[in-house]
Amino acid sequence: MAVLAFIIVSVSTPITQWQAFIAYFVAIFVVSLIAKIPTPTLFIRSLIEIPFILFAVLMPFFGTGERFEIGPFNLYRESLLAAAGIVLKGTLGVLSAVVLSTSTTAREILRGLEKLRLPQLMVQIASFMLRYINVISDEMNRMKVARESRGFIAKGIKDWKVIATAASALFIRSYERGERVHLAMLSRGYNGILPLDQSEPTPIKMWAQGMTLPLFALSILISTTLIG
Amino acid sequence: MTKVPSLLIEELAFAYPDGNQALFGVNLRVERGERLALLGPNGAGKTTLVMHINGIHPAEHGTVSVAGEVIDTRDKELLRRIRGKVGVVFQDPDDQLFMPTVGEDIAFGPYNMGLRGAELDAAVDEALALVHMSEFKDRPPHHLSFGQRRRVAVATVLAMKPEILVLDEPSSNLDPASRRELADILRSLSITIVMVTHDLPYALELCERTVILSGGLIVADKATREILGDKELLAAHRLELPVGFVI
Repeated sequence: MAVLAFIIVSVSTPITQWQAFIAYFVAIFVVSLIAKIPTPTLFIRSLIEIPFILFAVLMPFFGTGERFEIGPFNLYRESLLAAAGIVLKGTLGVLSAVVLSTSTTAREILRGLEKLRLPQLMVQIASFMLRYINVISDEMNRMKVARESRGFIAKGIKDWKVIATAASALFIRSYERGERVHLAMLSRGYNGILPLDQSEPTPIKMWAQGMTLPLFALSILISTTLIG
Repeated sequence: MTKVPSLLIEELAFAYPDGNQALFGVNLRVERGERLALLGPNGAGKTTLVMHINGIHPAEHGTVSVAGEVIDTRDKELLRRIRGKVGVVFQDPDDQLFMPTVGEDIAFGPYNMGLRGAELDAAVDEALALVHMSEFKDRPPHHLSFGQRRRVAVATVLAMKPEILVLDEPSSNLDPASRRELADILRSLSITIVMVTHDLPYALELCERTVILSGGLIVADKATREILGDKELLAAHRLELPVGFVI
C-alpha cells in the first residue's frame, strides 16, 4: 500500500516542480539501500519500462502549440513536458514496484493484500497462480521438448497452427488439473476458506515504517508547492 | 458383537452422466487396521470406487459406510466428518499440493476440520515427522523432488488423522529408494489402508489381502500371496507380475 500511496503522490506532482522529482528519486534509492537491494539489480529490473517509455520519447515530435528547436529537432513545448512527466513518473512507479517485489516475497505480498481486505477469493486465485505457474510452465516445456524431439521446429507463420494446438491442449490440461485440484481440496474438507490468515496482527511500528516513504513524498510535494 | 468395519460397501453401482456404467454392484468389507490392495486393469472402475469412499460421487445404488456411518452426500455436516475420516492421496502430488508452502498445505485439511492455533501447528508437525519431512516445512512444494512431494501428499492426509488412508498408485513414478521409503512409512502407520495399484510386488510387500476389481465388479478377494500366485486369474484381468518375479 505504501508503494501505491507513493505512486499516487508522485503522479499528482506537477511536472514543472522538478525539484520534487529529484527528491523522490533520492528517497526511492535510499529505501532500496536500506532494503539491501544491489543497485545493478534495481536498474536491470526496471528495464521492463523501456517499451512504455518509447512512446513517450516520440511525443515531443507531435503536438500543437508553442514550439522550439533543440539542435536539429523541432519540438513542441507542451508535449515535451507531458513526455518528461510520463518518463519520470513511470520510472518512479517502476522503481518503487521493483523495490517492493525484490524486498518482499510473493507470499508476503499476498498476506499483505489479504490484510488490506482484498477479497478472499482474489487472494486465493493469486496464491494458486503462484503455486501452479511453475507446474504449468514445466508442462509447457515438456510439450515443447516432445514436439521438437519429433522433428518440429517453429519456423514461421505456417507453424503457428501446431503451436496453437499445443496451447489449446495445455489449456485443457490446466483446466482438468484445476478439476483434480478441486477434488483433492474437497476430499480434505475444503469449504471456501484457505488457512492463509494465521499471521499475527501487524504492529503499529510496521505500519509507520511502511508509510514513511509516501509521507516523505507528500511532504516534499507540499513544500515545493508552497515554495514554488 | 461384531466389530465395526472401517469400510463397508454394499451393492454399490454407479454410472457416469454420459451413461457409461462404471460399477455394477460392488461389495467390500475392510476391517480396522487392515491393509488392502485394490488391483484391476485400467478402466476397471478403481478411481470411481475411490471417489465413492469419500463422498465425491454420490452412491446411486447401494451404500458406502465409513466406520459405521452411511455416507449421504446431501448431508454436508456428515460429509465433512467423512472426509476427515477418509484420507485420499491422489496419484499426482501436484494436484494435491496447492498451497504455497509444505507446512500450509498440510495445515489445509486440519484447518477445514476446525483446528486452530497451537493444535493446528502440532498436527502439522506430527504429520511431517511421520513422513520424515520436518525440515521441509517452509519450502514451496515445487522445489521438492517427486518422491518428497509424494510423501508430503501422504502427510497432508495423515494430518487429518483419518480412519482410512486411500492411496491411488502410491508407488508410481518413484525411484526404488523412494518407493521403499514410502513402504516403510506406510508400514509404520497403524491405520486402515486401501491401496489402489498396478505394482503387484508392492501390494505383496504391504498388504495381507487383495481384491481385484474388473469390469466394475469385485472378481477376487483373497490373501495377496494366493492371488498373485494364480497366474490364470491375473491374466484374465490384464494383471501380470514383473518378469522374473516368483512368489
